[in-house]
Amino acid sequence: MGGLLKPGVYFMEGNEACAEAALLAGCRFYAGYPITPSSEVMHHMARRMPEVGGIFIQAEDEIASIMAALGASAAGLKAMTATSGPGLSLMQESIGLAAMLELPVVIVDIQRAGPSTGIPTLMGQGDIMQSKWGSHGDYELVAYLPSNPQELFDMTIEAFNTAEEYRIPVIVLADKIIGQMYGRIRVPDPSELKLVERKRPTIPPEKFMEYLPFDSRELVPPFAAAGEGYRLHMTGLMHDERGYPNLSKEASWRLVTRLVRKIRENAKKIAQWDEIALDDAKYVLVAFGSVTGSAKYALRAARSKGIKIGLFRPKTAWPFPGWRIEELDKSGEIEKFIVIEVNMGQMYHVIREYVKNAEVIHIPYAPGYLPEPSFILENIEKLCTR
Amino acid sequence: MVAKLPPVYKDIEPLLRTERFPTIWCPACGIGLLLKTFAKAIVESGIPPEKHVVVSGIGCTGRIAGYLRVDSYHVTHGRAIPFAIGIKLAKPELEVSVISGDGDICSIGGNHFIHAARRNHDINVIVVNNFIYGMTGGQMGATTPKGARTMTSPYGNIEEPFNIPLLAYAAGASFVARWTVFHDKQLLEAILKAFEIKGFSVIEVLSPCAIYADRNNMDMLQLIRILRTNTRVKHDASLEELRIEPGKPIILGNFVERRDRPSFEELIYGIIKKCKRG
Repeated sequence: MGGLLKPGVYFMEGNEACAEAALLAGCRFYAGYPITPSSEVMHHMARRMPEVGGIFIQAEDEIASIMAALGASAAGLKAMTATSGPGLSLMQESIGLAAMLELPVVIVDIQRAGPSTGIPTLMGQGDIMQSKWGSHGDYELVAYLPSNPQELFDMTIEAFNTAEEYRIPVIVLADKIIGQMYGRIRVPDPSELKLVERKRPTIPPEKFMEYLPFDSRELVPPFAAAGEGYRLHMTGLMHDERGYPNLSKEASWRLVTRLVRKIRENAKKIAQWDEIALDDAKYVLVAFGSVTGSAKYALRAARSKGIKIGLFRPKTAWPFPGWRIEELDKSGEIEKFIVIEVNMGQMYHVIREYVKNAEVIHIPYAPGYLPEPSFILENIEKLCTR
Repeated sequence: MVAKLPPVYKDIEPLLRTERFPTIWCPACGIGLLLKTFAKAIVESGIPPEKHVVVSGIGCTGRIAGYLRVDSYHVTHGRAIPFAIGIKLAKPELEVSVISGDGDICSIGGNHFIHAARRNHDINVIVVNNFIYGMTGGQMGATTPKGARTMTSPYGNIEEPFNIPLLAYAAGASFVARWTVFHDKQLLEAILKAFEIKGFSVIEVLSPCAIYADRNNMDMLQLIRILRTNTRVKHDASLEELRIEPGKPIILGNFVERRDRPSFEELIYGIIKKCKRG
């Protein structure tokens, strides 16, 4: 093929589309470790990365994968790894390091059924919480929730932009169905493609003593790469603006509040969601990821039976658009939020955090299996009156 | 506050983050000597400081990155090698060194160590072996000599320690050496050799640790004397001979130098060149 994917419409597997999107977004470093059901991302990268002049390496484990990606990011490249739940668990310590060193990185998680080895070949939605709370200490990141191959493609590009803009780790939370489904992929024209690059220092390298890699006067400090002459220091220890270890209360407060403010203050800009038929709804169905298709089908069927139900679909798990849930709840029109997800109550937990008046009902589903539209419809009919 | 160093250190002073002195290391710790020798090696390498990168993991030696005025990264425990590989692959023109402790590199980071050697990444790994986990209070580790007493081997260590040069060689390293922090001239030469060699270089640097001395009821001077004088330089030693045993002389030298294998970086950039042409 050679070079980047030309604009047009393709028929592609989700995982392949994800890899192509990364290349279009400017990713030039991929490190990964084989894991079902994400391996096709790596297969594709192994073949395609050298064609665009980038680096591909198969590492000895997931920890080395993300750490190599972080090293490449420290050297100024856009870097990525892809994995599934068990691999994401192994990467958690390094995700904390990425947050602390403010190194942009994209982690694609093609979720499978857990816990533990679970069912490697079947889908899951069990990484919602670990993607946010997996590493110790306080930090914020962004996690996207694509629902089909096209969204996996689009959100992978967006993930790179967000990682660069805020100097954070970004997770793309797809799942086995989306990753291994073939679908129509529209590749946009380069003119439509908006790419973000991390902000660079305005101080010249000769004045490296003046450069502050963790300058707290800016929410997102300018980034200097290894080898550019800034002779910078970065540490996973609590640090001051120069990047030097500092254990004082002031340094701790200044750094950690900034790490969370980067995202909290921009949550409304970053968070995304979809709404269907909420205008006159008494009931809100909450679904995301590959369950979206079944949910939409059930929704149409329920509407045709006269049930006033709408759909709320988060497209970012983190930051979660909680204010919109609060608005819906405060309107007084909503009687019930019904959360359907393939886990034992991860998004349910989030919805409950924002709903004070309406009832929140959870419909769990067996990890590995996609709820059928008829199952969702049955539950809607049981829970909702006409 | 910027500490003023004695004039004898004039050449290396610009390479040290002296505003961070004094260092966190215990009195009589050997890591400071390595800091000096490594800074000297940067000067003598002829490679400009801005082209040097140092990555460290966690532990006493892990703090060395923070005292060197080059691009320096102090990352998570055991993960300095993969991070360094990421930098080297992204910018092969940089001279990338990992300086970390025996626990960091051979225990928690052992898997990364052997695989990086196997793939022959063109980075330099300096493993400071002080035979113990010092910073965490003196626990035994993968390099603690048999019989040694630590907080977690109060009846004497029953485990066989790693022979680091043998391990490095078996895994595929291109350059393997062992010196102590006191053999500064030889160590300096070994570091310069590591910079020069296009492949995975490993230098085990033995260093006295006050915590090790304390937990073993030794006088710190006694430990220093062992590392200074109870050593034999034998470049052509068989690698099996390099096992460190209490009471026996410690063998030092530049044991392995292989130039027949291209580095991972040379090979991967070869593929990129071919793919871009094709």
